[in-house]
Amino acid sequence: MTAVTSASGLAASQVADPILEIRELTVEYGFGENPVRVLDHVNLTLGRGELLGLAGESGCGKSTLAYGATRLLPPPGVIRSGEVLFHGRDREAYDILELKDRELRAARWQDFAIVFQGAMNSLNPVHRLGDQIMDAVRAHRPKTSKAEARDRAAYLLDMVGINTDRMKAYPHQLSGGMRQRAMIATALALEPELLIMDEPTTALDVVMQRQILEEIADLRARLGFSVIFITHDVSLLVEVADRIAIMYAGEIVEQAGAQDAYRRPRHPYTKGLLSSFPPLRGARRELGGIPGSPPDLAALPAGCPFAERCPHAFDRCRIEDPTLGPTAFAATEPTRLVACHLHDLAPSEVPAELSLR
Amino acid sequence: MTAQPAQLTPQEVEQPNTTAGVKRGKTDRGNQLLFLRNAKVISGLIVLGFFTVIAIIGPAIAPYDPDALGDDIVAPPSAQHWFGTASLGQDIFSQVLVGTRSVMFVGFVAGILATIIAVVVGVTAGYLGGAADEGLSLLSNVFLVLPALPLIIIIAGPLDGAPNIVVAVVIAVTAWAWGARVLRAQTLSHRRRDYVEAARANGESTPRIVLAEILPNLSAIIASSFVGTVTFAILTQVTLAFIGVTGLDQWSWGTVLFNAQSNQALLRGAWWWFVPAGLCIAAVGVALALVNFGIDEFVNPRLRSTGKYARALKKRGVRARVGFTPVDRRDDAAPLTPSTQKEAS
Repeated sequence: MTAVTSASGLAASQVADPILEIRELTVEYGFGENPVRVLDHVNLTLGRGELLGLAGESGCGKSTLAYGATRLLPPPGVIRSGEVLFHGRDREAYDILELKDRELRAARWQDFAIVFQGAMNSLNPVHRLGDQIMDAVRAHRPKTSKAEARDRAAYLLDMVGINTDRMKAYPHQLSGGMRQRAMIATALALEPELLIMDEPTTALDVVMQRQILEEIADLRARLGFSVIFITHDVSLLVEVADRIAIMYAGEIVEQAGAQDAYRRPRHPYTKGLLSSFPPLRGARRELGGIPGSPPDLAALPAGCPFAERCPHAFDRCRIEDPTLGPTAFAATEPTRLVACHLHDLAPSEVPAELSLR
Repeated sequence: MTAQPAQLTPQEVEQPNTTAGVKRGKTDRGNQLLFLRNAKVISGLIVLGFFTVIAIIGPAIAPYDPDALGDDIVAPPSAQHWFGTASLGQDIFSQVLVGTRSVMFVGFVAGILATIIAVVVGVTAGYLGGAADEGLSLLSNVFLVLPALPLIIIIAGPLDGAPNIVVAVVIAVTAWAWGARVLRAQTLSHRRRDYVEAARANGESTPRIVLAEILPNLSAIIASSFVGTVTFAILTQVTLAFIGVTGLDQWSWGTVLFNAQSNQALLRGAWWWFVPAGLCIAAVGVALALVNFGIDEFVNPRLRSTGKYARALKKRGVRARVGFTPVDRRDDAAPLTPSTQKEAS
């Protein structure tokens, strides 16, 4: 326990003005005698105005982390421990996990909004686009007049680059990209301070992906909200994110600035992820990939969950699960965190590909 | 406190995992028949099983001929006549025992027939659409507005003491339409879902798509429609017997009630004449309702775990709902026990 506490203290100290602090979050699936522990005491801090990318292979707990922190996990998901502190602007911080149903319902959308995976299917097919945005506004702010809500909806659609005459359109009359942008507009309707986006561009073509990412970056610059951006496309994150957290088997294995993580990965898993796609610039290199697949979370091996696939694994990795801590180069990069035993070694002993400066 | 990581030896870590692996296989198999382990379903099935056994062996174990006249007239329950006697000294216990067969037979045969018709008509209409849907929907709408009881009386009346199978068929013919409508609606909603489109794209045949892909999704509705129809059929059989349509030589709980009514049992204070038959009807109705409750909880694979531990979760104040993930900070020392284990112990 002590190790975990110190790691969370470190994580918290990294971010001066946090908006969301996930501390020791543990999530299980199943209620019985053998629940599967999907997240095990995960710590993550999101700074105000920051765009944090969550990356990792499928089934590594990215979405579980985001939905667990906002209590959107469907049964049989259970949150078993931890706290999720939301630091609203000019307000006392509150723990999302302690909220009553009514408070939670009020906080959603208002404080933190979520754009789901395949969000374009979240639009109700029988209501007009404008009406749906107006509904969202009026549901949370009943005092808003109809005209105000309509103005707001038009403004929001305009903001994401949809012509306001589309207010009268039904969802099936819009393309996938437009619907996705409309969902982003809807998510921003109440000016949330935190936007959680779960693979918002996965179902879209690259052109639309580009447009939407630029849209998000632009909106964030204008409105100043924070974003948790979940994707398995690390190259995308490098472009848009300020900071990247890499997840593996329900744990965060590396946290670093986007460029740092990209150019100087410290965890072998990060290195593997990065060598799984070709670089756009620079010298051509062999595509590496990562052999094997993530472990079964219901039967995690002892030690580091990545040990089996790790080219640098040594004896200690198979016995002891590393915790998130400073890298071997903490003196020069105090804000980077990594969960790897290699970084307990002297800097000179860390493999060359994980010690780029 | 030092920052020394909490070290786990391989044994400590591996042990729970190996047992977890073994147990997981077991519970996966158990989940298939999980609804059989729900307390409500068990009690319902026990009561139904009891009456089914009585229906089979009732005439054989009846102490008297239900029609035989006796010396004790309108006698209260005694050691010789457990449920007392009727106006001509007939043994009411024997009448109830013998009468169980008609009630259960008509109930289940009508339920099965009506459910089959409902599934065939409803799913076909929903899946095929177009003219077939129009025609079948029209058919079920017509049957939906047919007043069931008068129709049954008209059909069964001239047969004079209509045999049970005829009563069952007539009830089935008038009772399937509602189920067909519900099934049609549900099939319509499933027909365009991605998994059906994928099955079609994979070249699966229409019968296979309907039977193997769509039908399992309708099992909750089919099951509860079956249970509902059985309840309706049992009540209808009792009603028909009560108003004398089924013939007086054919014993049923309704016949017992008919006799009690026509001999003014209530005025005579002969409660034993109508209370046992009435309680039997109520017991079967409650049993069917209990089975019905249990079905919904377990047809959705996602909700099975929730259903399995429903009682333990409730005790702990944890409500598993969509959109409000429960926060359960219990210590790991006390794992939840499935509701059914508690029932067994």
